[in-house]
Amino acid sequence: MLQDLRAFFAARGVLEVETPLLSAAATTDPALASLSTHWSGSQQPSAQRLYLHTSPELPMKRLLAAGSGPIYQVCKVFRDGERGRRHHPEFSLLEWYRPGWELNALIDEVAELLRLLLDQPGLGLDVIGYQALFQTHLGIDPLAADLATLQASAKAAGRNGCTGLSSCEDLELDRDGWLDLLMSQCLEPRLGRAGLTVVRDYPPSQAALARLRPGSPSVAERFELYLDGMELANGFDELTDAAEQRARFNANLSARRAAGQPEPPLDEAFLAALAAGMPASAGVALGLDRLLMCALGADRIDAVLAFPVERA
Amino acid sequence: MASYKTNEFKGGLKIMLDGDPYTIVENEFVKPGKGQAFSRVKVRNLKTGRVVERTFKSGDSVEAADVHETDLQFLYYDGELWHFMDPSSFEQLTADEAVLGEASKWIKEQDLCSVTLYNGQPISIEAPSFVVLEIAETDPGLKGDTSGGGGKPATLETGAVVNVPLFVQTGELIKVDTRTGSYVSRAKDE
Repeated sequence: MLQDLRAFFAARGVLEVETPLLSAAATTDPALASLSTHWSGSQQPSAQRLYLHTSPELPMKRLLAAGSGPIYQVCKVFRDGERGRRHHPEFSLLEWYRPGWELNALIDEVAELLRLLLDQPGLGLDVIGYQALFQTHLGIDPLAADLATLQASAKAAGRNGCTGLSSCEDLELDRDGWLDLLMSQCLEPRLGRAGLTVVRDYPPSQAALARLRPGSPSVAERFELYLDGMELANGFDELTDAAEQRARFNANLSARRAAGQPEPPLDEAFLAALAAGMPASAGVALGLDRLLMCALGADRIDAVLAFPVERA
Repeated sequence: MASYKTNEFKGGLKIMLDGDPYTIVENEFVKPGKGQAFSRVKVRNLKTGRVVERTFKSGDSVEAADVHETDLQFLYYDGELWHFMDPSSFEQLTADEAVLGEASKWIKEQDLCSVTLYNGQPISIEAPSFVVLEIAETDPGLKGDTSGGGGKPATLETGAVVNVPLFVQTGELIKVDTRTGSYVSRAKDE
């Protein structure tokens, strides 16, 4: 799989890069928890905390700002607290960036790559808006619906056979929490059943590092790709505005503070690179372990790992 | 009161839900890449055996159920209650028909049963997987039939009825799989 993948990018003139796994800064995303370690030694008399990256996104964007052109990376990433049938605290990620590309072109390229890696030249691609997805299957507008509507929709879905939602009325969630619940329990299992499904144009509150597309309503230029009811990739039309980026980081930190989560240092080098100027780019991260699961028809991530963490 | 966080969830963990003790059958970690994580669990009600699904937000906690499993020896049935004894402490406990369930059909004096205790009281009892019981009554089989297809009902000493091969006769001891309620073999006197 890695050979085919490298040949694919070599043929398209995308440069393979490596960025550090360890960083003094860490993601501020409240939905992600970083593992950390300590660096000590002759050059570093007092141990310094270093975080294992949850994705190579920020240093890769520094390379883009430095004029690297299109780049890709295959690396291990680390996420604390994630373990399950489809989750493992360390996993392999393929991440790549296309300066000057629109999101649609990148979506097509992801589909091309997957057809190659899965050896399914005829694999179809279906693109649906986040809003349309909720409207079609649940009859609600995810961009406009209030908390009570989302809660009622989850209850109704539970009554209609969505077993994961059969007793969700006690959950205390915010708007995005309810949307995530509906998406993961009710909608995701239906996606990618007849080819690839791409869901795009997320609510602005779930923009992460994506640019917002002005409009009424405004949406985030973000997509996720699904196959066999499983999320494989997440892509953005990348936010390049340093001030907006800093504001989002600070909002993340506030959310972390409110939730009692650690508040890691901001990646100032990345913010400086954005301020110096990063070309407009489309970027995507794709989980290679899950892709291997799809290729092999495995239903547990452990089936594609040599030694799962419990035996590592 | 003891409680468990969602990251402690695993199969076999005993928790309280809506005032009843449950055991976790299956726990699935669900998390959108950029969103809220959940634990979706299948839980079995230890009183009724019913399996339901529940979804928890990661980080939520649930009260622990004071439940443990132990082996108790069946002493006797007094016509209403089944009496058991803990073979190590000699402590005696009783259970009614609702708690016994299927097990009442299979156990006889001195059998060691797997018992689930909730707040110190039995809430479910499992018969040993295999029991040897005497056939109290069955129709005589046809002479010369050694194995062959078909079978006939036989009433056992405990009152349970199982299907046995035609050659098995009243008064014989047979081995029964209590999980399926099926005849396994004839048993020698043991």
